[in-house]
Amino acid sequence: MALSTSAPALAGLRPVLNALPALTRALVQPASAAATTLFGNVEQAPKDPILGITEKFLADTNPIKMNLGVGAYRDDNGQPVVLDAVREAERRVAGSHFMEYLPIGGLRDFISESVKLAYSDDAAVLREGQVAAVQSLSGTGSCRLFADFQKRFMPGTKVFIPEPTWSNHFNIWRDAGVEFAKYRYYKPDTRGLDMDGFLEDIKRAPAGSVFLLHACAHNPTGVDPTPEQWRQLSRAMLERGHFPLFDMAYQGFASGDCDRDAASIRIFLGDGHRLGVSQSYAKNMGLYGQRVGCLSVVCDNKRDASAVESQLKAIARPMYSNPPLHGALLVTKILQDNDLKQLWFKEVKGMADRIISMRSLLRKRLEEAGSPLPWGHITDQIGMFAYSGMSPEMVDALAAQHHIYMTRNGRISMAGVNTKNVGRLAEAMHAVTSGKL
Amino acid sequence: MQLQARMQVRPAGPRRAGPAPVRAMAGSRFADVAQAPPDPILGVSEAFKACTDPNKLNLGVGAYRDEQLKPVVLSVVKKAESKIFARNENKEYLTIEGLDGFRKATVDLLLGGDHPAIKEGRVAVVQSLSGTGSLRVGAAFIARFMKGSTVYLSNPTWGNHRNIFGDEGVEWKYYRYFDADTVGLDFKGMVEDLKAAPPGSVVVLHGCAHNPTGIDPTKEQWASIADLCKERDLMPFFDVAYQGFATGDLDKDAFAPRLFVEKGLEIMVSQSYSKNLGLYGERVGALVMVLNDKEAATRCLSQLKRLARALYSNPPTHGARIAAEVVNDKELFEEWKGEMRGMAGRIERVRGELQRALEKKYPSKDWSFITKQIGMFSFTGLTPVQVDNMTNKHAIFMTRDGRISLAGLNSAKVEYLADAIVDSVRNH
Repeated sequence: MALSTSAPALAGLRPVLNALPALTRALVQPASAAATTLFGNVEQAPKDPILGITEKFLADTNPIKMNLGVGAYRDDNGQPVVLDAVREAERRVAGSHFMEYLPIGGLRDFISESVKLAYSDDAAVLREGQVAAVQSLSGTGSCRLFADFQKRFMPGTKVFIPEPTWSNHFNIWRDAGVEFAKYRYYKPDTRGLDMDGFLEDIKRAPAGSVFLLHACAHNPTGVDPTPEQWRQLSRAMLERGHFPLFDMAYQGFASGDCDRDAASIRIFLGDGHRLGVSQSYAKNMGLYGQRVGCLSVVCDNKRDASAVESQLKAIARPMYSNPPLHGALLVTKILQDNDLKQLWFKEVKGMADRIISMRSLLRKRLEEAGSPLPWGHITDQIGMFAYSGMSPEMVDALAAQHHIYMTRNGRISMAGVNTKNVGRLAEAMHAVTSGKL
Repeated sequence: MQLQARMQVRPAGPRRAGPAPVRAMAGSRFADVAQAPPDPILGVSEAFKACTDPNKLNLGVGAYRDEQLKPVVLSVVKKAESKIFARNENKEYLTIEGLDGFRKATVDLLLGGDHPAIKEGRVAVVQSLSGTGSLRVGAAFIARFMKGSTVYLSNPTWGNHRNIFGDEGVEWKYYRYFDADTVGLDFKGMVEDLKAAPPGSVVVLHGCAHNPTGIDPTKEQWASIADLCKERDLMPFFDVAYQGFATGDLDKDAFAPRLFVEKGLEIMVSQSYSKNLGLYGERVGALVMVLNDKEAATRCLSQLKRLARALYSNPPTHGARIAAEVVNDKELFEEWKGEMRGMAGRIERVRGELQRALEKKYPSKDWSFITKQIGMFSFTGLTPVQVDNMTNKHAIFMTRDGRISLAGLNSAKVEYLADAIVDSVRNH
């Protein structure tokens, strides 16, 4: 309220009016000083778009509810799975280890097995000692270590992230203080790869930028470049001197074959790229909560690799000091013992195959339900997720009316689909889309 | 330089004429990355491992050793692990805030099970990666929600404190703590420095068994510090890495944080189960905020979760399950308390032996600080040069600030250590 204090009629009121703010404060001040908090200004954070879905799902009391949110594998009975290879590894390590701190960089045997799995057993860069590698806190932790490294040692560079991508990528690089830019990846019209846009954005990006690539089973779209497209992308990136950082969270889980799923990395290596890889064992070994991963950076020579590794450790030490032991012991056991390794290969293929068959089944049921919309993308896409093309409103309707939960970008975790619920899912999807896709 | 040119962000504007730059394979992108020095604490263990001297002794990192100088897996941990294995539980992701059974247990241990703050829902707790991870989440919270606040660290303190706050871009300063003359607490200096801290500053306090000095404030001094924090509007951030390990008694060791809460202060606490449950490598800990307002606690929890999501998404399961199993099972809990008393007792005993040995060999110096100090560490007052002598001549590995870990000493090595200390003090 604007007051002209020169107005004679109001002059007498001035002291009172001036005192208003203080009076107001006094009225709203809590009666007891002990009840004031230092943190009254802290706002409620928005729910995580992925993990928040599980919370909503858990809160739903309807027994027919389906959780197709977070990418955690389920068997055909909708139950979480502990792989036999893991269980056996656990039996073997039980009681056999002290629980001493690992070195900052993690378990050495775990690291050497991991990089072999990613780069191939006889990769030249491994033989030549060119790879800096540390054990990390699953995929998130690997990405975060790299993001902090990028901030510190690649100053001024941005991270180029595909549109769309796993939502947590933004949080990670933002909290590391690194600017991001998006590159075109998914084409809604074709529900496939926007190769032209991708190549153009590679050309446009400032030379020496970091390009975050999903090695296989792109999350959330399930759309992967073909090997020929990967070769084109590799050449384009080489020309711009970009740094390719592969986020590989689904090795083995996409096609069922670990070498095939790492083909993109090996193509780039073959072309001479010095790249980075973030590996996660959350899905392919079902070690989700154990937080096991590996970050590796290919360097030009041993000196650089040693220096880069030492700096990654310097970043890890004030973050968590050293990584957790248990999960790393299990992975190492499995990868070092040939029988366990073969068993694991078989089991991961089993998981991939079940998902592939669920994709077929869902598409079939949608077509049988009479949906006139094209659903080919459900079987064209690869990996844990189907990017359905449904809108946020349709996703909300699925939750509200059908008790089916997924992320609002229409991403379905196929791992949560089984022979018992696929029919209901198809019916519900048909109902909410009813020709609107 | 080729590297610089490649790294520069292109300015906006018309595209450069001529061919796009080909990445020069001969120039390394990381040629300028310097080799980082080994961690001053964890690097000691690595140096120890590499040493071939049969007399070598590792008094570096604070990891408990038994009388045979072997690492220890607590009996309760083995039992808990067997139970967990037999249950064949799944390995699913925990929520961002962690295992509920563990979160409840850890707050109960810190405050006491029936504490009003817990009943009133005023406690925010996230399971995190042991002490370091919890401190880091706390530091990230301070960086974001207490912008511009300075964090005050004791001089000296655990080295990693500086890096944790530093990496979050939080400014830190020292407050006086160790008095080299008395080999005790510089309480006057501490109070002066905290009085001079601007309101809204954060003060990192070691809940018990101060690392590296082993010197804790008395109960009366704690009360004064609490009152000072209240008066000056300073937020206490307790680093509780040794609850149960200092005196052997969980409640006694939680005296300081409990007193502060009783006085109505809002506090942040980082807890670790590395030492007291011997879970070192499993990374079990928690970041706790005890607030005066329930809604604020709820909102703060949501923000802690957001910060954790961008660091590691959700915490590791294994160790938390073990800790929850032990604390929530009556028998295991009692057995655990006994094992903690055993560990604390061995350290106390070996302190006494060391002090007596030193008094015999070098009676003119006052060695009483060895038994006055508490917890895993003793701050010997040895200078870096003297420490180098300890390592180079006697193959005794310790950190260069003069800290020794009593947990790494047994009766059999007391004489050897005493001789080495006397040699270093006399001759260097």
